[in-house]
Amino acid sequence: MQGKSVLRAVSLVLIGLFFLFPLFWVFLMSFMTNADILRNPPSVIFSPTLHNYGALISGNLGTVVGTQKIDYMLNLFNSFVLSSGSVILSLILGVPAAYAFARFKFRLGEDMAFTLLSFRFAPPLLVLLPLLIYFQQMGLYDTYFGLIWVYQLITLPLVLWIVRGYFEDVSEDIELAYRLDGHSWLQTFLRISIPLARPGIAAAALLSFIFAWNNFIFALILGSSSVQPVTVGALAFITASGIEYGQIAAALVLSIVPTLILALFTQRYLVEGLSLGAIKG
Amino acid sequence: MPNPAAATMAVSHAKRRSGARMARILPYLLSLPALLTCIGILVPFFSAVYYALQRYNLAFPAGRKFIWLDNFVQLFLSGEFWHTITISLLYTALTVGLEMLLGLAIALLLWRRSFVTNLLSVALILPLMVAPEIASLMWKLMTNANFGILSYFVSVIGIHDFRWASAPQSALFTVVLVDMWVYTPFISILLLAGLRGLPRQPFEAAELDGVPTSFVFFRIMLPMLLPYMLTAGLFRMLDSIQQFDIIYAMTQGGPGNTLMVFQIQAYLQAFTFTNIGRASAILVVLWAITFALSKVFMKNWLRLRERAHGLA
Repeated sequence: MQGKSVLRAVSLVLIGLFFLFPLFWVFLMSFMTNADILRNPPSVIFSPTLHNYGALISGNLGTVVGTQKIDYMLNLFNSFVLSSGSVILSLILGVPAAYAFARFKFRLGEDMAFTLLSFRFAPPLLVLLPLLIYFQQMGLYDTYFGLIWVYQLITLPLVLWIVRGYFEDVSEDIELAYRLDGHSWLQTFLRISIPLARPGIAAAALLSFIFAWNNFIFALILGSSSVQPVTVGALAFITASGIEYGQIAAALVLSIVPTLILALFTQRYLVEGLSLGAIKG
Repeated sequence: MPNPAAATMAVSHAKRRSGARMARILPYLLSLPALLTCIGILVPFFSAVYYALQRYNLAFPAGRKFIWLDNFVQLFLSGEFWHTITISLLYTALTVGLEMLLGLAIALLLWRRSFVTNLLSVALILPLMVAPEIASLMWKLMTNANFGILSYFVSVIGIHDFRWASAPQSALFTVVLVDMWVYTPFISILLLAGLRGLPRQPFEAAELDGVPTSFVFFRIMLPMLLPYMLTAGLFRMLDSIQQFDIIYAMTQGGPGNTLMVFQIQAYLQAFTFTNIGRASAILVVLWAITFALSKVFMKNWLRLRERAHGLA
């Protein structure tokens, strides 16, 4: 019995180490100078510097051959625009549709719900290649609008399926009672159904924000550096030669922090959100 | 006496009649915008299938021509494509298999609630919230030959010159490790939710009867957990066979063509060789595989969803 609980404790520690150490180490690296990072053997004792973050914010990055201008703050801004834009559009499109799917049994509804869900499973490039050709013809290439539209592939199914579940739990009797009081369908929808499903709508919004934020391939293909989010920006960073390692680490930390903070709020909803539309990548 | 009630009845009746027509079109009206967005995305899908049947290279626009299944025939005749199929399936089998085992183990360890396990189940969410591509860059920093902390660790235990993703022998191992870091929490969180939702009685009964632990595990718990494992596994399978972000960020399919999985290969064909026809053909093959998998998945997932609703 003693041996068993020791084994259990050791496994818990190992699991904690495996999943948390990379985050911890990159976080530490972001406060190190190049000399600290290159020290052998590596050490957790060093005098922390905010220099890396300062360089990122000013856009003048230190390299081995002098400074180089990279506007990583623009990538960060793009990430915010793309993610919030996608979530807002998805809510406008998805919440009414989710209500329709939950309340009315209509054949097209089921078919559509599944079509939307199955988009989740199509290889992204299959859709992105032709889209790239169309976008270039339509002038949508390298625009926020074009990208936000394509991001619906990720966010819309998520909103639709999560919110639908919440609408199904809203009692029809309450809606009916309000309507018998002489209110129109729209009033009932706006004043009764939506407020009652609010936790679901909030969960769907937060989760789809995270998934949109973490997307990489859409903007890699459909945008150039002026609209690209942090995921694409960070890669350019690491391949650009000679940028100080601490600045790379700081760039990674900046790209992770917003979603980590949101994750702490979404914990509760994570399980259902993930199992409904785990759209990572 | 019955007059006011009758009046209300009449009013609501009239309303219901005019509302009946409304009610019939309302669902369509509500879902139309979402439907239109879908159609906008379905169009490129069919275009891709259409491209796959053409000789279509951006570098030789004049040579564009309908060639039916030639792209596919050429694909299946080339050793390169068979390598792509093999490495994609191997990657999928390894990641899903290992993540399933580790995920189940973690879920079992965290099953019993305590301060430590609660803390750890929150901590597990963190890697899941990191973009897979950013996670790969983190691992790239840690496995750098000059200053990577992991390179240092393996040299301490006596393995010198271990080159992680940049050596053909260890590239697959490295990307599988990154994939495990990113996605194992997904499986354990899902299975943990499943475990905590299981009814208590069978376990209590088994304990009272002194049934051996192995019997409880294999004959009671695993069968009850199976639908959750299937859902999680199929989800991961669909993601894994299409993996792009992690491999692209780590090695871009290299070293050489070691990690040329489906989507990386298609990306290379489209953007390096401007061969849209062939790239589309590769993606159509991938789509066929994922479509078959997702059919199985949907059936399972629906059953799970119904069951969850039945219990609630």
